[in-house]
Amino acid sequence: MHEFDLSSAIVATVKKHAGERKVTHVTLRIGRLRQVVKDTLEFYVAIVGKDTVVEGATLQIIDVPAVLRCKTCKNEWEIEIPAFICPSCGPGAVEVATGEEFMVESIEVEDEESAACTAPR
Amino acid sequence: MHRTKVRIVEDALDANHTIAMANRDDFDREDVTVVNLMSAPGAGKTTLLERALDGLAEEGLRVGVLEGDVAGSFDADRLSVLNIPVTQLNTDNGFGGECHLDANMVRSGLAELALDDIDILVIENVGNLVCPAEFKVGEDARVMVYAVTEGEEKPLKYPLMFRSADLVLINKVDLLEHLDFDLEQFLGNLDAVNPGVERILASARTGQGMEEWCSWLQRRKG
Repeated sequence: MHEFDLSSAIVATVKKHAGERKVTHVTLRIGRLRQVVKDTLEFYVAIVGKDTVVEGATLQIIDVPAVLRCKTCKNEWEIEIPAFICPSCGPGAVEVATGEEFMVESIEVEDEESAACTAPR
Repeated sequence: MHRTKVRIVEDALDANHTIAMANRDDFDREDVTVVNLMSAPGAGKTTLLERALDGLAEEGLRVGVLEGDVAGSFDADRLSVLNIPVTQLNTDNGFGGECHLDANMVRSGLAELALDDIDILVIENVGNLVCPAEFKVGEDARVMVYAVTEGEEKPLKYPLMFRSADLVLINKVDLLEHLDFDLEQFLGNLDAVNPGVERILASARTGQGMEEWCSWLQRRKG
């Protein structure tokens, strides 16, 4: 049920960048190690975003694979199950290369045509 | 009306991290070592904390507790009779109650704690194996309590939590003889997600591991 709070964090971040502008689309980049259930996250973003500029925005989630790196042999490999052990060197200094992301990558907002034309270039 | 794409590339939890760092600055200024104590409900966080208090008092270390619960003050009431500063944080603020403490909730509890009278602050998180791992609160170390009644596979089911721990207290080992629990298999699973993480076999009931637990806390205080 961490998706509810994660949704609040996402909506807060989006609102900060959108200001008064209506948001039509949100792109997220979420690592597989975050254990986020996408459907649940979408469900809560809709609830938390209701009556805000985020209401009605579509959500796209870019999955980032869980990739580990061995500090000893420098090999990198993707994991499908939680096993933080280097296949060549065994247990030891393994670090996460990717898979822990929880980013708001971009948003798409509606700009007033006139405002867009007069905006400083 | 036209649409503009705005590139953001910002960690959605940045706001929490920023407050966590502010908490950490306050702790460092008062030389307080902070432990975030996490587990599933009923694993034994409060009891293990009670057991550690005597040993730490003998060493002259002053302990304070921030007690996080969805509702009620059962644990805070238990601890307050031990004459230590305890602040209760209830997370029930409308949506059935948050399932974890975040940096801002901890910050709101700090005002009531005299940090200059505390050497070690234990933040007892809400019982939950998922959400508390997501939210830094400004702690120096994360201690996870796991009870052997929970089953061998838990590290594989909740890797986020087990991976974030600096110490795993394996509690209720006095029950091992009554359970079909394979300790070796559990330790193998633990090492798969957090290789070599410090662990203590403990029983708050019999006192096993309590000296080690106290020593660990003392070492963290440094």
